[in-house]
Amino acid sequence: MQLTDSREIAATPEIVWAAILDPEVLKQCVPGCQEMTGSPEEGFEAKVVQKVGPVKATFKGTVTLSDMQPPESLTLTGEGKGGAAGFAKGGADVRLEPKGEGTLLSYDVEAKVGGKLAQLGSRIIDGFAKKMADQFFDNFKAAVEGPGEDAADDAPEAAASDGDEAAPKKGWFKRAVT
Amino acid sequence: MPKDHGIGASTKRREDVRFLTGAGNYTDDINVHGQAYVHFLRSDVAHGRITNIDTAAAAAMPGVVRIFTGADFEGVGGLPCGWQVTDKHGEVMKEPPHPVLAQGKVRHVGEPIAAVVADTLQQARDAADAIDLDIEELPAVVNMKAALEEGATKVHDDLSDNLCYDWGFVEENKGAVEEAIANAAHVTTLELVNNRLVANPMEPRVAVGDFNRATGDSTLYTTSQNPHVIRLLMGAFVLGIPEHKLRVVAPDVGGGFGTKIFHYAEEAFCTFAAKACNRAVKWTSTRSEAFMSDAHGRDHVTKIELALDADNNFTAVRTETYANMGAYLSTFAPSVPTWLHGTLMAGNYKTPNIYVNVKAVFTNTVPVDAYRGAGRPEATYQLERVIDKAARELGVDPVELRRQNFITEFPYATPVAVEYDTGDYHATMDKMLELIDRDGFAARRAESEKKGKLRGLGINCFIEACGIAPSNLVGQLGARAGLYESATVRVNATGGLVVMTGSHSHGQGHETAFPQVISEMIGIPEDQVEIVHGDTANTPMGMGTYGSRSIAVGGSAMVRAAEKIIAKTKKIAAHLLEAAEADIELKDGQFSVAGTDKSVAWGDVCLAAYVPHNYPLEDIEPGLEETAFYDPSNFTYPAGAYACEVEVDPETGVTTIEKFVSADDFGNVVNPMIVEGQVHGGIAQGIGQALLENCVYDENGQLLSASYMDYAMPRADDLPEMAAYTVDHSCQTPCTHNPLGVKGCGEAGAIGSPPTVINAILDALNSGGHKVDHIDMPASPSRVWAAINNAS
Repeated sequence: MQLTDSREIAATPEIVWAAILDPEVLKQCVPGCQEMTGSPEEGFEAKVVQKVGPVKATFKGTVTLSDMQPPESLTLTGEGKGGAAGFAKGGADVRLEPKGEGTLLSYDVEAKVGGKLAQLGSRIIDGFAKKMADQFFDNFKAAVEGPGEDAADDAPEAAASDGDEAAPKKGWFKRAVT
Repeated sequence: MPKDHGIGASTKRREDVRFLTGAGNYTDDINVHGQAYVHFLRSDVAHGRITNIDTAAAAAMPGVVRIFTGADFEGVGGLPCGWQVTDKHGEVMKEPPHPVLAQGKVRHVGEPIAAVVADTLQQARDAADAIDLDIEELPAVVNMKAALEEGATKVHDDLSDNLCYDWGFVEENKGAVEEAIANAAHVTTLELVNNRLVANPMEPRVAVGDFNRATGDSTLYTTSQNPHVIRLLMGAFVLGIPEHKLRVVAPDVGGGFGTKIFHYAEEAFCTFAAKACNRAVKWTSTRSEAFMSDAHGRDHVTKIELALDADNNFTAVRTETYANMGAYLSTFAPSVPTWLHGTLMAGNYKTPNIYVNVKAVFTNTVPVDAYRGAGRPEATYQLERVIDKAARELGVDPVELRRQNFITEFPYATPVAVEYDTGDYHATMDKMLELIDRDGFAARRAESEKKGKLRGLGINCFIEACGIAPSNLVGQLGARAGLYESATVRVNATGGLVVMTGSHSHGQGHETAFPQVISEMIGIPEDQVEIVHGDTANTPMGMGTYGSRSIAVGGSAMVRAAEKIIAKTKKIAAHLLEAAEADIELKDGQFSVAGTDKSVAWGDVCLAAYVPHNYPLEDIEPGLEETAFYDPSNFTYPAGAYACEVEVDPETGVTTIEKFVSADDFGNVVNPMIVEGQVHGGIAQGIGQALLENCVYDENGQLLSASYMDYAMPRADDLPEMAAYTVDHSCQTPCTHNPLGVKGCGEAGAIGSPPTVINAILDALNSGGHKVDHIDMPASPSRVWAAINNAS
């Protein structure tokens, strides 16, 4: 399946770029992420707990960054093994363009699943992948931007969409680097 | 007045007492003291190279007895294929190795890679999760035509391409068929898909391997339709165990439908592992595993052309079929699209020129093999669909178009290598038209139209080749096994008897029907006869049950053995009655001397055979036990005419079956109730194929329809109510070459019903002005709705 969308982020492309390369940001933003270690050069290792339809599993996998053109574009590629639940693979081509004071982040995501996830969850996988991507980029936007005028509006949604995970604190990354 | 016992009586199924009260003894009910459990780690990808498999951490987990991988099976045989097809160039088919556990590569989702044997199933599963496995995923081939394109990814690296064989039948007739098509007044062409199905027997597959260290004997308990065949294939070709050291037991088996004919990796594994671990090893398939490891069925893509002359006589049929083999050749896979399909392309019709081309293709999917009907449903579907289409194109009555082309003289040698012994296709057509009340259809259609529904009437005629089959013939056609059947009749001293049959019952009702035949022959009550089957240790070598062959071949073997018993008992009776053997008559369990009042009871004669105090020991041996092997001289040819009325809601595309009738000619019928049950079940499966069931892979070879959430099995409310369901078998032209005159009934319903349903839907749509020539199965509401809306 494929998804294409974009987000406007109230931070410069340089700040957005730095955030993408930070494992702590990725950990905060990947829904269900429990561990994220590594570096942009070596790649990241991640542990993610997710429930897709009837299948709940812990995915252990890797995320690699490639085609890096700071601060304009890069490709994230990930693969997670969920043991008996099967596997998920995906990639995102991310582009950053200055837009006014901030950045327009555009992405094309491609995802595929295999094993039990495909066998039991194929009908719901498209919706699931879209939800995962939306949550990731919403979290990412929030992590970078900090509490802007619309923070109050975003907060309940982010909290609700994140289930039992604590909602990431708004704008902590931008505060940390600026 | 209906008979209350013997041939023709609807004796209630004695086996149902245990099946319906939870007293059956299925393979999963068998537990061997100290047994361990196996969980198979299966491939998540359709095609890939195993780059790393490390079992060390998993092997250290609690309860793990041993973990096996492909490396443990180097030097062990692969799963053999039981049929070798020769292609149109005279080349034998490609036959790639089929390992028990993957060797370096995986070729379909679900292929077993490693097997964890542990004290408990949960421990085995947990340890399987801890196996460190890396697979480099390779591109998968799923679509058959794409698989044959130049440069397509190869399923098997060592083969030149993905074409298993390119079969032409009969190749010598090809030119005549081309000429007939070129000279035809009308040619109707149809391209269609025979959808891929999963058999889904109620009982999943189970295997329990056991090994006796003291005797060196191996035992396999398994869900099989043919335990002797499994013993031969697994013993001789996979594990190298001589048959006298290997026992295979298939106890109560909860449905097979073909998918339990084949020899599977899990059976070989459990037998192998029991010896390697010195401990019994048990595997019970989950339903999810069944979807990705039981052989699938059908999956043909066909183009058929029907040529007619100016008077609408059929002059030629030409077909081109792509048949999916999956990633490996399952036991009888190559025979299904060829000898069980091409030989049926004459159908009920005297078409003089027929040519069938079949390209069998390897893909990265589960192996495909025989499923109820096996090749014959595929043949019937395309032929009966194209005839209906021709009738629409020509503006003629589909009933009359069929009638004018019916074969009416028997025996009839078809241009596709078989000879029908008997049949009366007008009789089954007449019966079907009477049962469906065709004359009243217009009024019923008008009623439906008042409700805004489209009503259609679909018909279908079909022929089967059953009772498979003469060994010398199938040997010429590439079978690597004989196809006789066997029976031993053991009479006890007090007159009761046991029949040990090589046939296997997994729902067919042999335990009831076989005694009816013995009862008829000897005149003793049915309850004096016990049927033993399913255990190689106490039945003669038999080929098992499939192809509607049990009563026709296995029943005939039993008759032959019983005839030997009767001949011997007549000798004993003649001695006891001091009469000539030729004057002895056996009736109602009494031997009498013709023309006198002298008689002796069956039981007294049997007792004399075992207590031979007054006995002609100089002429005959004591005891009463005889074995017969029966090898038929021909297939049997059951035939039928089916009709179905559907209502289609043009707003939603939903189809409901309002009425379904079948008029079958099964030759003689032993137990009408059992026969009707077989036909009911077969029709339900055929309706499932026509309206609901579809096995779907995505382009990466991921199996998407692998649970009952996505694979639609027919439910009671998808089928017509019992009152609208008439199953008739009163048209009987007995088989001429077996002693019972029977033809077999197990597959008819599944063969006859899919084209009937689709023809009915197309009739409904066309009646509403929607010019639709074709809908692929399953005719789901979305497909029907799309057909209506694209057409209008």
